[in-house]
Amino acid sequence: MLRLSPFHERVAAVNQTSLWSHWAGHLVVDKYQMSEKFEYFAVRNAVGLFDSSPLYKYRIVGPDAERYLSGVLARDPRPLQPGEAQYTIWCDDRGFVNEDGVLFRFGPDEFLLTAAEPNLAYFANLIEGRAVEIHEVTEEIGSLALQGPRAYAVLSQLAPGLDTLRPFDHTRAEIGGAQVTVSRTGFTGDLGYEVFCDARDANAVWDAVVAAGTPHGLLPIGQTALVMTRIEAGLLLVNVDFEVSRFAENDEHRSTPDELGLGWMLTGLDDDSRPFIGRRALVAERSTGASRWRMMGLLVDPFDYQRKFTEADMIPPKDHVPVYGDMMVYDDEVKRVGYATSFMYSPVLQRHIALARVRPDLAVTGTRVNLEFTINHRYVQVAADVVRNPVFRPARRSALPGANNDHRTQGAIA
Amino acid sequence: MNQYDAIVIGGGHNGLVNGAYLARAGLRTLILERRDIVGGAAITEELRPGFKFTTFSYALSLLRPEIIHELELVRHGFMPLLMPSTFCPMENGDSLVVGQDRNENLKEIARHSPRDADAYDQYSHDIAMVVKAVKPLFDQIPPNLWDTSPEGLAELASLARHLRGIDKDVLMNLVRLLTGSAADFLDGYFESDILKGWLSSSSIIGTRVGPMSQGSGLVLLFHGMGEHDGEFGSWAFHKGGNGAFTQVLARAAQGFGAEVVVGSEVERVITSNSRATGVALADGTEYHAKIVVSAADPRRTFTEFVDSRELPLDLVDNLRKYKYQGSSSKVNFALDALPQYPSLPGRGDMFRGFTNIAPTIEYLERAFDEAKYGWYSTRPYIDGCIQSTIDPDMAPPGKHVMSCFVHYTPYQLKGSDWPTERDRMADNVQATLESFFPGFNDLVLQREVVTPLDIEQVAGLPEGNIFHGELFASQLYFFRPAPGWNQYRTPIDGYYQCGSGTHPGGCVTGGPGRLASQQILRDLANGAPASTAAD
Repeated sequence: MLRLSPFHERVAAVNQTSLWSHWAGHLVVDKYQMSEKFEYFAVRNAVGLFDSSPLYKYRIVGPDAERYLSGVLARDPRPLQPGEAQYTIWCDDRGFVNEDGVLFRFGPDEFLLTAAEPNLAYFANLIEGRAVEIHEVTEEIGSLALQGPRAYAVLSQLAPGLDTLRPFDHTRAEIGGAQVTVSRTGFTGDLGYEVFCDARDANAVWDAVVAAGTPHGLLPIGQTALVMTRIEAGLLLVNVDFEVSRFAENDEHRSTPDELGLGWMLTGLDDDSRPFIGRRALVAERSTGASRWRMMGLLVDPFDYQRKFTEADMIPPKDHVPVYGDMMVYDDEVKRVGYATSFMYSPVLQRHIALARVRPDLAVTGTRVNLEFTINHRYVQVAADVVRNPVFRPARRSALPGANNDHRTQGAIA
Repeated sequence: MNQYDAIVIGGGHNGLVNGAYLARAGLRTLILERRDIVGGAAITEELRPGFKFTTFSYALSLLRPEIIHELELVRHGFMPLLMPSTFCPMENGDSLVVGQDRNENLKEIARHSPRDADAYDQYSHDIAMVVKAVKPLFDQIPPNLWDTSPEGLAELASLARHLRGIDKDVLMNLVRLLTGSAADFLDGYFESDILKGWLSSSSIIGTRVGPMSQGSGLVLLFHGMGEHDGEFGSWAFHKGGNGAFTQVLARAAQGFGAEVVVGSEVERVITSNSRATGVALADGTEYHAKIVVSAADPRRTFTEFVDSRELPLDLVDNLRKYKYQGSSSKVNFALDALPQYPSLPGRGDMFRGFTNIAPTIEYLERAFDEAKYGWYSTRPYIDGCIQSTIDPDMAPPGKHVMSCFVHYTPYQLKGSDWPTERDRMADNVQATLESFFPGFNDLVLQREVVTPLDIEQVAGLPEGNIFHGELFASQLYFFRPAPGWNQYRTPIDGYYQCGSGTHPGGCVTGGPGRLASQQILRDLANGAPASTAAD
């Protein structure tokens, strides 16, 4: 039996499908009820509740914690204040990305880093006598993500003071009688929060959140609904959209931050006060223009999609379940100019979308490319527009939540 | 001043779609709406603080997908929400719940009839193939059978080629549906009463036929033409109700530059030498344009906005014989909590889509029997929707709104009238709900009753027919609204029609508005009726 989430007792009780899968060493729910698409809509229209406890969590403490992290992570953690968090990556010394995670700062010498894969040996081997300790605390912490336009309305009933929480801020609170940390983080690109609690308080926290959320349409959501939202949100998944450099067989399976569209987090590359793993290679990549790709979004042309399937005597499928695996991207001369790694039909956008690498010179919003499909057992190319991620970007994603949780706020045309 | 390229009369969904397309093509476009709110019969009203009622139209399916992209509706807030299931209560207390998981559906249907399980797969496939064959005709301007110009003959030849290309079995099913009854069609597949009751419900909606009447197959097919995210026959709620959808359309139209003016009742179309030159409002205001488009129904389009003496007599005669005879009502509720179904105690998840009160075909046919003789059904067909179960914006937390589409409630009552009968009709609805959901009456916080007369008086649909005229074979395609006038033009140059009384017909399809705009723009490109409009 795999490890169980601290919420397993509650989660198992409401999983009506008996569908489970394995994630980060844990047993997790694929979908709780018969429609993953319905769970997806809970996130985009009400609020979805996702058990994110399986993510690996490392507590990093000690007088050298900040200095240690500045050398290991590609994004500078030093500006991070207690009560803040940041999305981050760590690279190898050739500038290829190993993994990504979220770094929380609780005090001058106290951090928590999440990761989708185990990294304890990797991080521990880099301590090299610095005054820092790294403990894996995955099993000690339960975490629940509340994501969607009603997330604030639900949580604010339980914990005051969340109205000023900006994206990636976190604060202490009490929920269900338990001490928790509430952060404005998530993997859906929507208004959303995560609640971190002591694993022993999991049931009490779950019950309080569900009781407050049910009248607002709260629905537990499984893995499938979550990954639908993360593609719309332009959030990459390790071993889907990129591979861990230290386990890759050759450079075709490795990516740099710039190639993954994460170059925005590389600030201060010329700052000699912060040597970090991969810095020299990343500087060289920029100076020589050596990037092979850029991760972008693709919006498939709905008219061309309709036409190509109709010509093939097929009803054009609009399947929201994400498809992983390479789909080739071509230019009009049928020269390969990229490849997509995540593909789905987006119900909120009413379009097929993809996360795709394209040649850097094509990584401009509005560039036309062709995405390859299989129709009637033949390869067929359908026009698509290159766009910046995320392809779905509601204002509520980054705005401070107010009373108005409508998905659109324009006034009615009376 | 008051000079436009095009004026659209009516800010219902087809008027907005039409105006948006015309504005998108660069025409200076004015959309005039009689009421103080756009949307026509697709509106959302907060009749009680926090409770949003979909007064008339209440769900989306037939909206033509091209419109979503061509008018960039997503940018303006278009958001259809999946209905994950349909719930069909039965008179013996059992039920049928059909959802998104095929294996669950097979199990659930087999509970009622093992042979109906794979028969349902076969039925769904057969209907999909018919819809696939018909869809191109649904989404194109129909040919005019009496147009002998080279273009007209080419259109007919193209239609003949399309029909010729349809597989024999598919065409046979199409003819069965177009000419036969839903009951006969369903009997070819199923034995279970509840399955047939549920599926045949789509064969009567909005129409004065029973499921055993010839002609009901056509209505069944019509509703099967709908789709949600590519799945035929699937329905969705629009976030915030169908009124939020027409707000999206209005924003899209404005986004393309159209002006939308409410509180402006058009009294007549101004003509000169059988050409439209503008419109005059009831208050005397005049607006001028060389293109005037009526989104109203055929009766108002041809006999109220213009003088019927301007029209050929055969058209006037056909319009006189055109059937409205609305048969539907709405009874909407604000509820203190979700209803309870005794055999599914403590559960509310089955209310997330349609709750279909049609336990058998016979139940529906008996409901129709009373309507045949001019009375409303004692035990009516009810299509219930509790959108607040999936859209928290519809009601305060923990509370609900329930929209109930009610059939049959004939516009013409024998020996009484709707002001007298409205509450008794709604009492029948409530008593029917109470019989399936004991305790329902105690949940009701407020009740809104919308009779065919209200639909006529408030939304302006003659005789309360929700489709701008019956979906009869004699009133579709070549003949909608009248033979020879099925291509959105009228005998008055520059005066067009784009309401549900034109092809492809009623429901929130947007098809008439879209196809009419294509005809108008094609005529303009050909130099008629005026070359100045495209300046």
